[in-house]
Amino acid sequence: MNTKQHPASADAPAAAPSDRQSDTMPAAAEPLLRVKDLVVEFPTRAGTLRALDKISFDIAPGEVLGVVGESGAGKSLTGAAIIGLLEPPGRIAGGEIVLEGQRIDNLDHEAMRHIRGRRIGAIFQDPLTSLNPLYSIGRQLIETIRTHLPMSEKAARARAIELLQDTGIPAAEQRIDHYPHQFSGGMRQRVVIALALAAEPKLIVADEPTTALDVSIQAQIIALLKKVCKDRGAAVMLITHDMGVIAETCDRVAVMYAGRIAEIGPVHEVINHPAHPYSAGLMAAIPDITIDRENLHQIDGAMPRLNAIPPGCAFNPRCEHSMDRCGRERPELLAAGPTRAACWLHAVDAAT
Amino acid sequence: MFAFILRRLLQAVFVMSTVAFIAFMLFQFVGDPVLFMLGQDATPEQVRELRELLGLDRSFLVQFWHFLVNSAQGDFGISLRQGGKVSSLIAERLPATLELALVAALLALVVGVPMGVYAALRRGNFLSQSFMMFSLLGVSLPTFLIGILLILVFSVWLGWFPSFGRGDTISIGGWKSGLLTLDGWHHVVLPAITLAIFQLTLIMRLVRAEMLEVLRTDYIKFARARGLSDRAIHFGHALKNTLVPVMTITGLQLGGLIAFAIITETVFQWPGMGLLFIQAVNFADIPVMAAYLCLISLIFVVINLAVDLLYFAVDPRLRVSGKGH
Amino acid sequence: MRRLQRIWNSDVGYSFRTSPVAMGAALVALLCVFSAVFAGWVAPHNPFDLATLDLADARLPPAWIADGSAKFVLGTDDQGRDILSALMYGARISLAVGFASVILSVIIGVAFGLLAGFLGGWVDAALMRLCDVMLSFPAILVALLIAGVGRAVFPNAPDNLALGVLIVSITLTGWVQYARTVRGSTMVERNKEYVQAARVTGVTSLRIMRRHVLPNVMGPVLVLATIQVATAIITEATLSFLGVGAPPTSPSLGTLIRIGNDYLFSGEWWITIFPGLMLIIIALSVNLLGDWLRDALNPRLR
Repeated sequence: MNTKQHPASADAPAAAPSDRQSDTMPAAAEPLLRVKDLVVEFPTRAGTLRALDKISFDIAPGEVLGVVGESGAGKSLTGAAIIGLLEPPGRIAGGEIVLEGQRIDNLDHEAMRHIRGRRIGAIFQDPLTSLNPLYSIGRQLIETIRTHLPMSEKAARARAIELLQDTGIPAAEQRIDHYPHQFSGGMRQRVVIALALAAEPKLIVADEPTTALDVSIQAQIIALLKKVCKDRGAAVMLITHDMGVIAETCDRVAVMYAGRIAEIGPVHEVINHPAHPYSAGLMAAIPDITIDRENLHQIDGAMPRLNAIPPGCAFNPRCEHSMDRCGRERPELLAAGPTRAACWLHAVDAAT
Repeated sequence: MFAFILRRLLQAVFVMSTVAFIAFMLFQFVGDPVLFMLGQDATPEQVRELRELLGLDRSFLVQFWHFLVNSAQGDFGISLRQGGKVSSLIAERLPATLELALVAALLALVVGVPMGVYAALRRGNFLSQSFMMFSLLGVSLPTFLIGILLILVFSVWLGWFPSFGRGDTISIGGWKSGLLTLDGWHHVVLPAITLAIFQLTLIMRLVRAEMLEVLRTDYIKFARARGLSDRAIHFGHALKNTLVPVMTITGLQLGGLIAFAIITETVFQWPGMGLLFIQAVNFADIPVMAAYLCLISLIFVVINLAVDLLYFAVDPRLRVSGKGH
Repeated sequence: MRRLQRIWNSDVGYSFRTSPVAMGAALVALLCVFSAVFAGWVAPHNPFDLATLDLADARLPPAWIADGSAKFVLGTDDQGRDILSALMYGARISLAVGFASVILSVIIGVAFGLLAGFLGGWVDAALMRLCDVMLSFPAILVALLIAGVGRAVFPNAPDNLALGVLIVSITLTGWVQYARTVRGSTMVERNKEYVQAARVTGVTSLRIMRRHVLPNVMGPVLVLATIQVATAIITEATLSFLGVGAPPTSPSLGTLIRIGNDYLFSGEWWITIFPGLMLIIIALSVNLLGDWLRDALNPRLR
């Protein structure tokens, strides 16, 4: 149990201890992935921009964590940082990423390469451009398998066919030799999922896996992703801006805003009883087919740009519950019932 | 695919006929070849006789038709400067130019591609930067100047290589080859380097730019995310994808080699088609100019067609039709 | 003045200020242009004034070699002409031909491109066919042909005509790339809503092209033009070297090199090498500038 002392309020009574184990897991379980105070910066001509400002969260083995937020909130960057593929000049400037008890943010190039694919897999948005058009999908699958697992060509091929069958590709034995352009969008994403799972990773980072697909296919792919991961006991970090997908698929969800986590908790709690004003605004903005309404709910203003983040809580200029404290001190993730929210509304002491 | 080939063939015929027309116009409107051949104080009967002999007194369309028929068979008449048949003149010089172009092309590829790959993979490295500096020099130096400098350093000052001619040649059938003798190789070194440098530069820049572009793609990112080794990514995936467009562009540039050979042959007095062409231009030897023009066009058209076919062979997206589900 | 300040403070200006290569290249290029334009005042001698030539001065080596004289810093040729002065006058012809042909290429290319992009239909199709055909032949061949034919048609042409034909031949090989670029951009702009709106309200096509399309296109055109100046200068030098370019009475650097080539084997290397070096310096500095400009204007690298 750790007690958090906010540096600026050393005199005030401490906020309620934020116990990281309090969400859904039994207290004894070790998280699969622990991200602690992660900071990602971009040095530019105009100064250094902080794209991720002290992000902290855990992923338990086998769970599906959704990461949701507007464009530019930092969701994809978080995924990129975890698999070690931040594009320069972006770099990790602080914090830790710990995978199964081992620190991975400070590994050298070769060591990180062994982790990618084997222990953490990734899926990206556009299945059309994710596959090399000049190689058959079988060749790409077999190559990935044999990079990480000691297998003969024949065994790898058999395993590849199995993977394709698991991801729902019909006639896998023939289609394994086909080229990417011979598949439709949905099929290609299935191939991508198969590739990501080829070396049996324990965590999959899925960055907007259905955004580029037809709406009718999206549901299939999401269901497939959830199923194959569950069958293999793999956890998923599902990055998306689509709340519907989150609601259907995830166990927990983290809401990101301006490079920080606004709220994190079990998905139904966050959706139905959001504790952070921003999450509340997000949920209210989703049109509900059962309710008659004239206008869509809107949150006034816009997410601040990285070089213009207000002091204290990043959301405070747009927040209707804003207090003095919000403009001065940045709130940590505080316990708010079943979820945790970075909002002074949930401070145990009644601060002004 | 069949329709594609047909369309390209039609295009080729169109280009060739246009070129033939231009070549023919050259005959018609540039100077009076008869006076050239006979001199200023020729008698009217001599002029008339020669005109008839050369067929210059018929109507335009008839002449054009004759021209087409003849040139399709390779007959371009008689050289105004040397008096011999144009076709045999060209046939005699063709091997020299082709061999030079071949050696230069090989040189440019074998040196240019690795340089480009290195410069893309190790950006910012000292060696890479010197490659780029070298490439800048390559495009800033006109070919003839490179030739002159090479002659100055390696022929005049160091005396390592000869500076003109082909050296000893061996005839196989009708083909006089300089590549079968040591002396022949000795002679081809400087001209080939001169001819190759411009191509080399282009190839190197192209390979580097293309490779950098490929390294930015999603599928490379995905390959990295799967933990593939650097070697597999750079040489398995990136290189293959780079070489496909590079190969085709290089093929198209091959024609440029044959054209630039004109300059190189002039500097080194290399007895090839290019030198023949320059001499023809300076002398206004229209038949030779026209023949050279048509031959070059033919070579270009054939190269273009071959490159298109090559694209088919290499890019699976063009080969297999239809999508599966 | 304020416009200059704005450019100095812009991204491009910043990129220029912080690149020693760009600044150096610009300096060198300016020096060359300066000495070429003002050759009459800057050159120590006038190599074309026959009255001042003295055969006794012929074939002198450069000043730092034995037998050389400080009066002729870079040596003299077989007629006693000072090489340094000949360089400047020669550079003047080279640069004049280079710039003239590029400017003409740009005008023709941009005009054709705008027309093709805006009018579309068969005008566009015909132009693109023409571009394809022209592009499939190497520029040097086309230029050689035109220059050669010109020489045959006008065998004893006065200098200006010869230079004119030279400029025309280089222009005709260079306009194609501008036409293509501008056509592409024009087609993109044409379909944008503000252009359609302008058309509906009766703004003439000409005005639209001038005020909207043209400014968007000038960036890439500028980069192409800069690089093409170097190409044009080199092409001109090549043509002159081959004998179909600038005549010996108004020699460009290429002509000077050709004349000097004959003396390479007798040991008087300076007659051909110094014009060659001048050519390299000009071409290199312009190319460096062009390269820097392309990187500076490339939105993706910013």
